[in-house]
Amino acid sequence: MDIPYTVSARKDTGLYNGKLGLWLFLASEVMLFGGLFSALVLIRVGNAVWPPAGTPELNVALATFNTAVLITSSVTAILSWASLAKKDLGGFKKYMGITIVCGFIFLMAKSFEYYGKLSHGVVPSTNVFMGVYYTMTFLHVLHVIGGLAVMIYLWGPGSKMWHTNPGRFSNRIECTGLYWHFVDLVWIFLFPVLYLL
Amino acid sequence: MSDHAHHEESFLRKYVFSIDHKVIGIQYGITSLIFLFLGFSLMLVMRYQLAYPGEGIIPPDVYNSFGAMHGTIMIFLGVVPLAVGAFGNYLVPLQVGAIDMAFPRLNMMSYWVYFVGGVVMLLGFFAPGGAASSGWTSYPPLSVVTTTGQTIWLIGMIFLITSSLLGSVNIIVTIVQLRAEGLTYMRMPFFVWAQLITSFLLLLAFPPLEAAGVLQLMDRVAGTSFFMPSGLVVSGEVLPVAGGGSPLLWQHLFWFLAHPEVYVLILPAMGIIGEVIANNTRKPLWGYKSLVFASFFLGFMSFIVWAHHMFMTGMGTAISSFFQTTTMIISIPSVIILTALMLSLWGGSIRFNTPMLFALAFLPMFGIGGLTGLPLGLATSDIVLHDTYYVIAHFHYVVAPGTIFALFAGIYYWYPKITGRAMSETLGKIHFFGSFICMNGIFFPMLIQGLHGMNRRMYDGGATYQFNAPVLYLNEVITIFAVGLAVFQLVFIINFFLSLKAGEKAEPNHWQATTIEWTETTSPPLGHGNFAKVPTVHRGPYEYSVPGSDVDFIPQAQA
Repeated sequence: MDIPYTVSARKDTGLYNGKLGLWLFLASEVMLFGGLFSALVLIRVGNAVWPPAGTPELNVALATFNTAVLITSSVTAILSWASLAKKDLGGFKKYMGITIVCGFIFLMAKSFEYYGKLSHGVVPSTNVFMGVYYTMTFLHVLHVIGGLAVMIYLWGPGSKMWHTNPGRFSNRIECTGLYWHFVDLVWIFLFPVLYLL
Repeated sequence: MSDHAHHEESFLRKYVFSIDHKVIGIQYGITSLIFLFLGFSLMLVMRYQLAYPGEGIIPPDVYNSFGAMHGTIMIFLGVVPLAVGAFGNYLVPLQVGAIDMAFPRLNMMSYWVYFVGGVVMLLGFFAPGGAASSGWTSYPPLSVVTTTGQTIWLIGMIFLITSSLLGSVNIIVTIVQLRAEGLTYMRMPFFVWAQLITSFLLLLAFPPLEAAGVLQLMDRVAGTSFFMPSGLVVSGEVLPVAGGGSPLLWQHLFWFLAHPEVYVLILPAMGIIGEVIANNTRKPLWGYKSLVFASFFLGFMSFIVWAHHMFMTGMGTAISSFFQTTTMIISIPSVIILTALMLSLWGGSIRFNTPMLFALAFLPMFGIGGLTGLPLGLATSDIVLHDTYYVIAHFHYVVAPGTIFALFAGIYYWYPKITGRAMSETLGKIHFFGSFICMNGIFFPMLIQGLHGMNRRMYDGGATYQFNAPVLYLNEVITIFAVGLAVFQLVFIINFFLSLKAGEKAEPNHWQATTIEWTETTSPPLGHGNFAKVPTVHRGPYEYSVPGSDVDFIPQAQA
């Protein structure tokens, strides 16, 4: 006996299992980052000067560039799923490849930014703002790395499933895309909160 | 799945890294029972210290770490994994007519992550300076400046939170997606409802604690100051941290989890009680819909009451007023649930077997636990009672003779289904009456001590303060009852193992119940797949003594 609704949607809920599972996971992720953002709000109102005096400037230009990179990758993530809907595995490989490359560009820019700070002796314990900065952006980076690992698998060996069970493979790409949008969205919040405000 | 049924599985696949929800449920059950016993043993040592402080059986720092680990083990490694991991895993798929959980591999992972989390927690005892010693609440700044054990505690918590996240996603998807044909939401057994709402609480309340745990880990390891105020003086010296953080922030994040956690502890218990009461009164639950909606409301409200744990922090009267109001509101659904369960007894021809005795005891015990909570929920009276033994008595009445009695009821009730043999009724009754008397012997005197003003977390049992003198003798009384409780748990352990081999052979439907897990499966249920034929549901869950019907009960799956 097989577990039902792994590929096709259940009629009364309109969802397959994986998609519901992923939405629930994202709900908990919202609470995780929600907790962190609330912590940031509380710390911020508790400090008369924000960021505290002596905080080094963050690299706004680099972060703007990274924002653009992540938004692009979200678009290509959708296009890769859309290619599968058109039964076009080549298109999927192309767009998923671009998404992965964008993810790596983001990571490289981020490492460059971290390096610039760390090499000047700016570390998480420098002050409470830098603590927030490093913790929140690094948790986000971990999410990016996790997403990249899954996407590389699905782009490479995982894509064999397309030939045996195309419906399930499309579902996997859809779920990965949903997760990737969430990672993107977290950055969309982090960028103004840490860099601009 | 279909391949598995035909192949002989390896021992590892079948019993250790199993993806069958029933095996995983049993793994959860055994592990959590061991942890419960361990947590209880820690407390026995502490109780001895409190009763005879002159002998100094353990040094003060060990007493502190035993206290912190007792709370942590009991809640995160004992009761929740037993209530949700074991009962939820084993019973939810059977009660909704699913062949397994929605994500069997994730299910296996959730158990093993929990297991690793438990091992990490225990490793804390071997850290330099011993296990975490800042209480299960781990309030900073103390928890940030204390010994290495706290770092290990935080890492262990991150594992446990991850595990409960995986488990709760699995339970929700299983209930929503894999319900058998005909099993509409309002036909689900109350137990399944309780598990569904509990899983939502776990899913949404735990992540903020994970965030808080990460922040505290950063404070300890990377020297940040999320929870460290500026200019904090420890042992006469100003700490070399940047400052600018807030200790109160931790309390907010912690209690944002830990209050819903209380309902994580109590809702599955209520679910079990609902099943046992309906079955043994031979009539439907009174007000099934009210029970469901009250549970919903309870789950929702539990997210906006957390700061009633913080009335003493000086967060301001406006905020205190808000949270005392929401706290009074949340008592309403609890009362609805308890009342509905109690009214279910009315006019029933009650069978007083062991599960039913535990279920019946749950009602007044949880009642005491709930009612003693009201003075704590009101900001003014809380100022007097905060941090006294009254608080200890209050939440232990909820969790120990409350939730744990319900879990015992569940074990006695579903044991025949899980093992194919029933537990001994005689030993069960000895276990019940002994535990019932001892539980009250332990926790009622604590109410008296607390009202007298005796503080909790005192290494010498409060002897330092002269005003405690009139109630100090109770320390010894409580300890004697605690030892008694341990003795009666041995009866349970003996019964548990003896019945595996020598217990009376159980019928598939041992208690003449209506729900699918009893009527449509063998005892124990088949390996992979659960059902010989996946059932279809035709009626509500508690069709006992239906007027006009000539049979005692009508199974849910009967057309």
